Amino acid sequence: MTAITSSAASPRDYSLTGRDTRLAVENGLAAAEWYHTDIPRKQMKELMQRSDQPAIRDTVIWLAAFVVSAAGGIWFWGSWWCVPFFFVYGTLYGSSTDSRWHECGHGTAFRTQWMNDAIYQLACFMIMRNPVTWRWSHTRHHTDTIIVGRDPEIAVMRPPDLLRVVLNFFGIFDAWHAMVDMLRNAAGVISAAEKTFIPEQEQPKAIRVARIWLAIYFATIALAFYLHSWLPLMLVGLPRLYGAWHHVMTGLLQHGGLADNVIDHRLNSRTVLMNPISRFIYWNMNYHVEHHMFPMVPYHALPKLHEMIKHDLPAPTPSILAGYREMIPAFLRQLRNEDYFLKRALPPTAKPYREDLHNDKPVAVAAE
Amino acid sequence: MSDWVEACAAGDIDEEDVMRFDHAGRTFAIYRSPDDQYFATDGLCTHEKVHLADGLVMDDIIECPKHNGRFNYKTGDARGAPVCVNLRTYPVKVDAGKILIQIG
Repeated sequence: MTAITSSAASPRDYSLTGRDTRLAVENGLAAAEWYHTDIPRKQMKELMQRSDQPAIRDTVIWLAAFVVSAAGGIWFWGSWWCVPFFFVYGTLYGSSTDSRWHECGHGTAFRTQWMNDAIYQLACFMIMRNPVTWRWSHTRHHTDTIIVGRDPEIAVMRPPDLLRVVLNFFGIFDAWHAMVDMLRNAAGVISAAEKTFIPEQEQPKAIRVARIWLAIYFATIALAFYLHSWLPLMLVGLPRLYGAWHHVMTGLLQHGGLADNVIDHRLNSRTVLMNPISRFIYWNMNYHVEHHMFPMVPYHALPKLHEMIKHDLPAPTPSILAGYREMIPAFLRQLRNEDYFLKRALPPTAKPYREDLHNDKPVAVAAE
Repeated sequence: MSDWVEACAAGDIDEEDVMRFDHAGRTFAIYRSPDDQYFATDGLCTHEKVHLADGLVMDDIIECPKHNGRFNYKTGDARGAPVCVNLRTYPVKVDAGKILIQIG
């Protein structure tokens, strides 16, 4: 790992209609051709093959865990014994749905498309991400990953807003904005930024979904009033707050502290080795360089893909803790100098970075 | 005026797979279906100009390798986001073990 300070001229403009949007297009960073490791077609076909079996197995376990934890939370409601049940329920609701909407949105989790669609809709509701808006924003994220002015899904902008990062471990900032967006969409308004990535013919669908969700939340709140109990909201809505911690913890590692405005996922994405429970919750998205380089590969084949191409990738970060040990100091440095980032070192067996393509001309370099 | 152009040998493409074919500055995708029929479409996804020959063939669907957009390669119909515009298809015939496509 090398830390680099580059010599960009002025602060970044992250809006999707601003100066950096124009610059990204002018500099060839928008919809560019990205680096990918060469894999023989035969092996790539094997990796891309779809199967219902792994996702059905995982989804049965996932839904069963929902039912058991919800039942325990309801049964023990009013005593401290409900806490561990709601901890599990909340983590499933507010965190595991992040990876489910993502994988099913790519259409890779199941071979059978209606299964992808069903879990996608359910997970989007729980994670409070409009299934139409986020399908298209994620398309842009894959086209222009961490390209300033183009990528609508940059989790930590520079200089980092650390208060926002901390609040999001409790879902506060994201859920607030999700509710505002839902109300705005339900009122029939698509924002200027949304219009840059949602095709016109898809926009009415985003409005329809927002209205359905709004009705569900009204019904849940009405039930809570009727029962004189917080319990309905503990099951629908609030878990997005008290269960968000895991998806934020893993999500920040995807690109946090790494380069922006480059067209090589080895520079702007991070693969992190982690424990089996986190990998179940996260559906193997810890193999994030691999996922971005080859989004056609289903989550269950990512470990095999990792083994196949690791000679061409930076060494994976060995743990979640190790990831935070490199990322937090980088965030703190970016408070003083937003051009600072961590440059991933490649093994000798890897093809080198195309330095001429990347906006990382160093003025100061320090080995870590 | 249409021309039949030789693209490849029939055995060059595996069953349920796709191959890229470039001709006269244009790029095409040639498909072999699971029931051993051949089809041809424009080679680039209508969404963001990615080569479909790097994608995955499943039954009568080609899935784009970049954003997982789906087309029916037999009809060219767009079948799943983020693709919204249909793919152009071309007639194909097999002659003496060669795949020929009619490029309009």
